[in-house]
Amino acid sequence: MRKHDAHPARTALLIAGGLVVFMLLLAGCGSSSNNTTSGEELQKVGKGEGALSLISWAGYVEPEWTKPFEEKTGCKVSDKVAGTSDEMVQLMRSGQYDGVSASGNASARLVDGGDVAPVNVSLVPNYKTIFSDLKDQPYNTFDGVNYGIPHGRGANLLMWNTNDVKPAPTSWDVILDPKKAAKYKGKISAYDDPIYIADAAVYLKAHQPELGIENPYELNEEQFEAAVSLLKEQRPNVGEYWSEAAKQISAFAGGDSVVGTTWQYQYFELEGAGKPVAASPASQGFLPSEGATGWSDTWMISSEAKHPNCMYKWMDWIVSPKVNAEVAEYFGEAPAQSLACEETADKEFCTKYHADNPGFWKRVYYWETPLADCGNGSSDCKDYNDWVQAWTSIKG
Amino acid sequence: MATEAVVEGRSVGHRLAGLFHGRRRLQVGTLLAGPVGWLVIGYLGSLAVLLVAAFWSVDPLSGEVVRGLSFENFETLFNEPVYREIVWRTVRVAALVTLTDAILAFPIAFYMAKVASRRGKAILVVAVLLPLWSSYLVKVYAWRTMLSAGGVINWALAPFGLEGPGFGGTAVWLVMSYLWLPYMILPIYAGLERIPNSLISASEDLGASPFTTFRRVILPLSFPAVVAGSIFTFALTLGDYITPRLVSNDQFIGNVIFNNISNNLPFASALALVPIVVMIAYLMVARKLGAFEHI
Repeated sequence: MRKHDAHPARTALLIAGGLVVFMLLLAGCGSSSNNTTSGEELQKVGKGEGALSLISWAGYVEPEWTKPFEEKTGCKVSDKVAGTSDEMVQLMRSGQYDGVSASGNASARLVDGGDVAPVNVSLVPNYKTIFSDLKDQPYNTFDGVNYGIPHGRGANLLMWNTNDVKPAPTSWDVILDPKKAAKYKGKISAYDDPIYIADAAVYLKAHQPELGIENPYELNEEQFEAAVSLLKEQRPNVGEYWSEAAKQISAFAGGDSVVGTTWQYQYFELEGAGKPVAASPASQGFLPSEGATGWSDTWMISSEAKHPNCMYKWMDWIVSPKVNAEVAEYFGEAPAQSLACEETADKEFCTKYHADNPGFWKRVYYWETPLADCGNGSSDCKDYNDWVQAWTSIKG
Repeated sequence: MATEAVVEGRSVGHRLAGLFHGRRRLQVGTLLAGPVGWLVIGYLGSLAVLLVAAFWSVDPLSGEVVRGLSFENFETLFNEPVYREIVWRTVRVAALVTLTDAILAFPIAFYMAKVASRRGKAILVVAVLLPLWSSYLVKVYAWRTMLSAGGVINWALAPFGLEGPGFGGTAVWLVMSYLWLPYMILPIYAGLERIPNSLISASEDLGASPFTTFRRVILPLSFPAVVAGSIFTFALTLGDYITPRLVSNDQFIGNVIFNNISNNLPFASALALVPIVVMIAYLMVARKLGAFEHI
């Protein structure tokens, strides 16, 4: 028999109605938050506080070098791995962490939001021997104030399958020029992130100078539209957008992708596994003719850090020659510490990753946060929110 | 000292027991406080926060969340054709996966419930449950390997001059149908088990052909179970974003939520309301079809 006193749908509606009322109440009486408190530089590193909580990229905080750190300093490390720069910003805003390994597309947001404090580099002895082209850069130094310790860097390379892609490409046009890219329709690999719009901007900077692109992360309406429409034209030719390195490695290994943008890590993994892959050779400065985008990571300290002494000890530890070499080899990136090159297990490591080749890095545009205010005083650049919306419409 | 403590501890226990003795409401209330608290605060509370956040907005200059009433997110959602396209794609695939699973699951469940021996039944139940023991990611990556250009599907089809679907919409449909099949088989199996064999015998005795017995007796009695199973497959497909990401370039609602969650939480919340609304509509239809009558 059917019970007539139970009406699940009506009950569900009642609950939903209640939630709506509750929500409108909350939405109406909320107030905007205001937490722009910029911390002061530390003057002296004292005794460790016994604990340290970090946000990092996967592979940056591993037992191989945190165990000895804990033994040496007594700072017990707890680490939260973040998948994206956006996630890092979000986590740092919670104020529950001491530090973060921020990429350039997060650092400006963190500084603007008052989430991180200036770093007194004189308290980090290993800072002295960090590669000089990583110091005082727009993604780690703001208004002449240092906000972090460089950790390591990498470039986004053009990689191709030598059996299928002939002749060897020397320009990004092989995947971005609609006519040339059509030759590899369905086999092109592109990075799945709004920041990939900057790759199109780097290409347009060289091929359509009339657009007047200076910095691929500072795009006005017209420049931005040009980059976005270039990527919309690229869309039908793309076989796969990758976001996890493992996904791209399997696509190149299985023959689903034959040409595309990659990190040094995937390239060396595939090459090491004997796959027929190549990236721009030394004769072309290791990069396609337009240059490339890339990333440079910086350890930053929270403005609300509960364990500032431990954080300073960590920042010095992670760029000490031996540890920086370990991290760089583990992760597959160029170390920031110049003395790390003597400590790597693979003696060719720094050469492979161009760590000590400033000419290579001069042509790399490190990720930055796209901001509306791009330095011309009129705030007419597209901000990161616009980039995210555009990215959704590019992928469709 | 020691005896004193024991005596004191006892008296506290006794006093507590005395407090509860004969007070039925207090007993039940204390027992249910935990689970109900969890349901209301942890479960419905987080949903409420999600709904509230959908009406907030993000300050374009600082990127900070502005906690004030705004319909901006919903305007974007309705005015940008790309979001309509994504919602429609997600719902379409969810419906397709549900239909596929219903067609695949019914014969298997019927065999398990009515034909197989006791031993065969046990083996089949284990076989259906077995895939649930391995991680979701492992299964999707396994499909990725099988579907790739040099994968086993292309290899098997090559002698016939055919080619596999490769990565894309078809791959998403295949993988999702595989992933959620057990969630369809089990409710149908349970539903069919409940149909007394005597009804089927009676139908035969009265001269109905097997097909008529199926159409007039078995299907109507088991239909609520099919609808119950479809709620699982539909909801699971609607909320998934990892499968589309791994075997296609298609964006589902979940992918767009994921992209927006850290830089524009209010917009992500607004998007998250879409599957909730779709599911409420689906559940109301399911109720009309009698899926909840035996719950």
